[in-house]
Amino acid sequence: MFVRLSAAIAALSLLGGAALAQGAKPTDPQIAHIAYTAGVIDIAAAKQAITKASNKDVKAFAEGMVRDHEAVNKQALDLVKKLKVTPEDNDTSKTLSKQAADKLAELAKLKGTEYDKAYVANEVAYHKAVNGALETLLIPSASNDELKSLLQTGLKLFQGHQQHAEHVAAGLK
Amino acid sequence: MLPRRTFLIVTALIAGAIAVPAHAATIQIVMDDLVVSPAQATAKVGDTIEWINKDIFAHTATARNGDFDVAMPPKKTVTSVLKKAGTVEYYCRFHPNMKAVLTIAP
Ligand SMILES: [Cu+2]
Repeated sequence: MFVRLSAAIAALSLLGGAALAQGAKPTDPQIAHIAYTAGVIDIAAAKQAITKASNKDVKAFAEGMVRDHEAVNKQALDLVKKLKVTPEDNDTSKTLSKQAADKLAELAKLKGTEYDKAYVANEVAYHKAVNGALETLLIPSASNDELKSLLQTGLKLFQGHQQHAEHVAAGLK
Repeated sequence: MLPRRTFLIVTALIAGAIAVPAHAATIQIVMDDLVVSPAQATAKVGDTIEWINKDIFAHTATARNGDFDVAMPPKKTVTSVLKKAGTVEYYCRFHPNMKAVLTIAP
């Protein structure tokens, strides 16, 4: 099955290329907001999967997504509090949220194996896109060392999630 | 250099040969930034493993052969006592990229 990239993923991919080309580096408050938003999106998708998925590996994967992304987001909130930084909403975050909501609605219409496959395929693509944005834009743009370090931990974790999702996807064939 | 498997067997044999009925040891295995270290550890039956999770995520040390399954909450240290000898491959159920081997001498 081919993965149709959701609009949210396309937005993240664009973020990597276009924003860099213009030299429009996001600020730390914007980076924090984008990273946090990206986590919230994956948590929402996972919570939907926990109620809808029929395959036990898919369900376990979704539970892991809630667990890990909530842990990272909690750490991000603690960090911005400590640094006295207020996460700043921005067009990228807004676009991501809007498009993720559309994707969630699209997935809500599916059932059974069809749902499981679509959710996992989207997880593979979504983590790929987030990792690309982290690598090429968010991490290089972050100026605070602790923020950069948290993003790097996030990247490592999400690369694992992507492989895990790929593995689960392969098991659904 | 010896193939890894041979090395492990040799390590196990040496560990077995020099094992004296001394008091049980405590061995630390650390999970930090999604890496298990040491990736290869040796111990004896009766030893205690101190599983130290430095990460903000939960991990597990799950034996592929079912001998143990230790859950490590974020930023916590958990201990377990080794009950059975063997060369045990284990991994984290939540982050399957985290893999290591524990060689337990009788
Ligand atoms: Cu883990």
